[in-house]
Amino acid sequence: MSATTTTLYGVAATLVQVVLLGLGGPLLVGVMAKVKARAEGRVGAPVVQPLRDLRKLLTKERLHARHASVVLPLAPMVILASTVVAGAISPLVSTHPLLGSSADILVIVYLLLTGSAAAALAGLDAGTAFGGMGSSRAMTIGALAEPALLVAVIALSIQSGTSNLPSIMSSTLTHPDWVFGPSRLLALGALLIVVIAETGRIPVDNPATHLELTMVHEAMILEYAGPELALFSLGEAMRLGLLFSLVANLFLPWGIMTDHTLLSLLLGTVALVAKTLLVALGVALIEVRSAKLRLFRLPELLAGGFVLSVLAVVTGLVTR
Amino acid sequence: MNLFLAALGFCAVGAVCAATLTRRVRVPVSASLATIGCLLAVGVALQVLITGDSSTFHTAQLLPMTGLSLTLDPLGALFILASSFVGAAACVYCVGYARGAMASRTAMTMLMIFVLTLLAVPAASSVMSFMFCWELMALSSLLLILTDQSHSREARGAALWYGVLTQLGAASILIGLLLMTSTSSGQTFADLSAHSLSLSPSTRSFAFVLVLLGFASKAGAVPFHVWLPKAHPEAPSPASALMSSSMVAMGVYGIIRVGADLLHGGTVWWWVAVALLGVVSALYGALHATTSTDLKRLLAYSTIDILGLVLIGVGAAGALNDSGLPSVAHLAMMAALLLVVAHAAFKGALFLAAGAVERATGTRNLDELGGLIHTMPSTALVVAISAGSIMAVPTLSGFSSEWLLLQGLLHGFTDASTPALIVMLLGVIALALTGGLTAVAFVKLFGIGFLGQPRSVDAANAVEVPLSMRIAMAWLVIPSLVIGVVPGLFISLLNRAASTGMGATVVSPIDHGTGLVVSQLRGAIQPAALLVGLVGVLALVWLVNQRLAQRHARRVDAWGCGRDLQTPRMQYTATSFAEPLQRVFADVLRPQSDVEVTHVTESRYYEQSIMYENRVGDVLEARGYRPIITAAFRVGVFARRLQNGSIHRYLAFGFVALLVILVVVA
Repeated sequence: MSATTTTLYGVAATLVQVVLLGLGGPLLVGVMAKVKARAEGRVGAPVVQPLRDLRKLLTKERLHARHASVVLPLAPMVILASTVVAGAISPLVSTHPLLGSSADILVIVYLLLTGSAAAALAGLDAGTAFGGMGSSRAMTIGALAEPALLVAVIALSIQSGTSNLPSIMSSTLTHPDWVFGPSRLLALGALLIVVIAETGRIPVDNPATHLELTMVHEAMILEYAGPELALFSLGEAMRLGLLFSLVANLFLPWGIMTDHTLLSLLLGTVALVAKTLLVALGVALIEVRSAKLRLFRLPELLAGGFVLSVLAVVTGLVTR
Repeated sequence: MNLFLAALGFCAVGAVCAATLTRRVRVPVSASLATIGCLLAVGVALQVLITGDSSTFHTAQLLPMTGLSLTLDPLGALFILASSFVGAAACVYCVGYARGAMASRTAMTMLMIFVLTLLAVPAASSVMSFMFCWELMALSSLLLILTDQSHSREARGAALWYGVLTQLGAASILIGLLLMTSTSSGQTFADLSAHSLSLSPSTRSFAFVLVLLGFASKAGAVPFHVWLPKAHPEAPSPASALMSSSMVAMGVYGIIRVGADLLHGGTVWWWVAVALLGVVSALYGALHATTSTDLKRLLAYSTIDILGLVLIGVGAAGALNDSGLPSVAHLAMMAALLLVVAHAAFKGALFLAAGAVERATGTRNLDELGGLIHTMPSTALVVAISAGSIMAVPTLSGFSSEWLLLQGLLHGFTDASTPALIVMLLGVIALALTGGLTAVAFVKLFGIGFLGQPRSVDAANAVEVPLSMRIAMAWLVIPSLVIGVVPGLFISLLNRAASTGMGATVVSPIDHGTGLVVSQLRGAIQPAALLVGLVGVLALVWLVNQRLAQRHARRVDAWGCGRDLQTPRMQYTATSFAEPLQRVFADVLRPQSDVEVTHVTESRYYEQSIMYENRVGDVLEARGYRPIITAAFRVGVFARRLQNGSIHRYLAFGFVALLVILVVVA
């Protein structure tokens, strides 16, 4: 296999990943809404509704709040850019995407953190009460969730001896028995809590609510309208897609493209979609089954996630 | 060496000029002299780091134990680089900043001496030269804290705390170093290093503990940190920038110099202790930074946090070296040193920016700021980049160093000894937790201070600071970008410095290149490529956004919940922003809140005014230090009874003491 072919397939895999996230992220939001609606006995909006919303928003007038600064238009772009780069280099479809050697745990976690920080700054930019409230709450949740995310992924890295995500996945493929080890299961529990918190789903935040006193994410984007809101929503949807597919791949890496053929690219894509849908289904069912927690009960849940992840690391170290 | 002496000379002449010239020319002349000195020192330090040549300088010894000896070696040169880089910025900054008390003869002279000693401490190579420079550094910075009399009460309290703790620390270091000289033939560091192995293990450990106490206090390690969040904010901004970026680094320098170099590593629990100090400091500092509302106090606590991470790196390096993993130890030490340099630059920039904000608005209380991005765009940009760096945003310097630190810690997982393993585990947990907390602190700093609407008249009337101050801040942003985007170019400079005390020459585990590649760990980051990706996507999104929708935005009022009125007082403040976290960590922070409601006289159902007060003090100060101070005070009051002024009694004391000594000697 020549170096050019490897690069070409890397570029192809990266392109597929970005397109999948861009289209699939909003669709995933639609799918979850549909699953929830059906589980609650409603018909629900069509799955493509989030994409239609984006198209509608893009044609609307561009409105900026009076006291807002350059941060207001910049923040959604930063969220998009950090998510796209994180999605492009992460091993989603292939274990050899473009720049896959830089797809380190810390790179992905801190790219996501950059996005969260940009969103929180966006909430503070217009100088309103609700924006600040949303930012403060989102950062509080983030401050407790991000460490759990980092430590949980580190737990996975112990057996592989590297913090490089593609290497973690390839070594998991060669050691399938690792997947059901106690360390992995603990880490899975932690990651599920983190992913629910980071994507603002029930029981942490309710994406469907505009009830003022409970909202977190919706409060932060209250001043957004038109094209900027479209970019913001797209960025958030892509983040959701990225987190779900990463969790799916970290625990069920099978199907991911490891060699360089067109068939495996296709297989990798299909496998990724299937695995991600599985995670989305699970999260949607959790959402249906649970009620939103009070804001000040959240730290208990998130601290639980953090403790699980630390236990996962300790278990990993003991059983290595 | 001659160039370095010239650099010191420029600073010294600057100090003389500051002491003698008239008020009008004092600041520009002395500041430019010291700037030249600092730039020279930057050049010398870089040269030593690149070539690895050490050189020594001794003055003639007129009396035993006198005379100055200076040595330039890679480890010292790295710390000289950090302090001279920030020193140059602080001096340039002074030209625009120095007014009133800061432009006074004492303040300017002390600033010059402070810069001079910051360059000299890492070069001092005998016990006496080191202690001389160390004490001069402490004294000059102590006087600088007292410069600004507008907060005199706080400043005096801060100076007292600083003075006492720094002198206790210095005494501890001096005793430790003197213990080490007991078997050596001379008092130069070369002698100490050659003879330290002939000391008994317990003496070496005792000496290390004494020295560690002193240096850890200087590095702001919890629980010896109490002076730091008081003293750093009270000093004028150029001085606090130097204190918080360079002076704290001297504590780390001391630990590495004495522990790894002079004492040759010692036993593993030394380094476990260093790392544990680091873990506690990192968590405590980060937590307090999130709840601080004073701009400079927030930065001071974040210094404790970052220095904690540095100590974790140093401790991990020592512990790993002890486990027989020199190449991983080297990696951890490189990470710690990289973090020192990166921290010096971004924290220096942030303190200078805090000074600019204080100059423009007259306050450093975040609850009274807001909207500064409109009036002070350059300062806002500096703060944004430096805060991004401290939050470890990828492609900025904080990220490169934290990534390297994590690589060192993770690699230690594979085959380190149990004590080292515990250090690694705690280090990883601290790194993860502080990451989230630091993000809250700095989103708060930028979001509340620079975005939104001004929360006071002074904040609304702010104007951008003079050019010299902006140049100084921009200078300190350069390392954030360079170390962030092309860390590989800088990391090779650290190679020799990080090998100090690691025994034989260690081959760097990091491959050559612009990025950081640790092939034996299959770990790599290519920040330059990431940056290209990020900027590319950003530009693409911007273009698409401009094409798809109408170009110009219409300005409208923010949504007012159905009301027209939106006052700045309705915004979240720094206090309210951090309130949820403060509540989560109430057990550690022990906040004190009071709500005082005054009712109108006619009816109890209507409130006239509501007063809310929220204070987050330092628990360790209240619970740890206050009892000691109270006890010491009681002892003092009791001891007073011994002195009643009667000469007979004093003679009796002398007689009894003499008797006791004679009995003991006999």
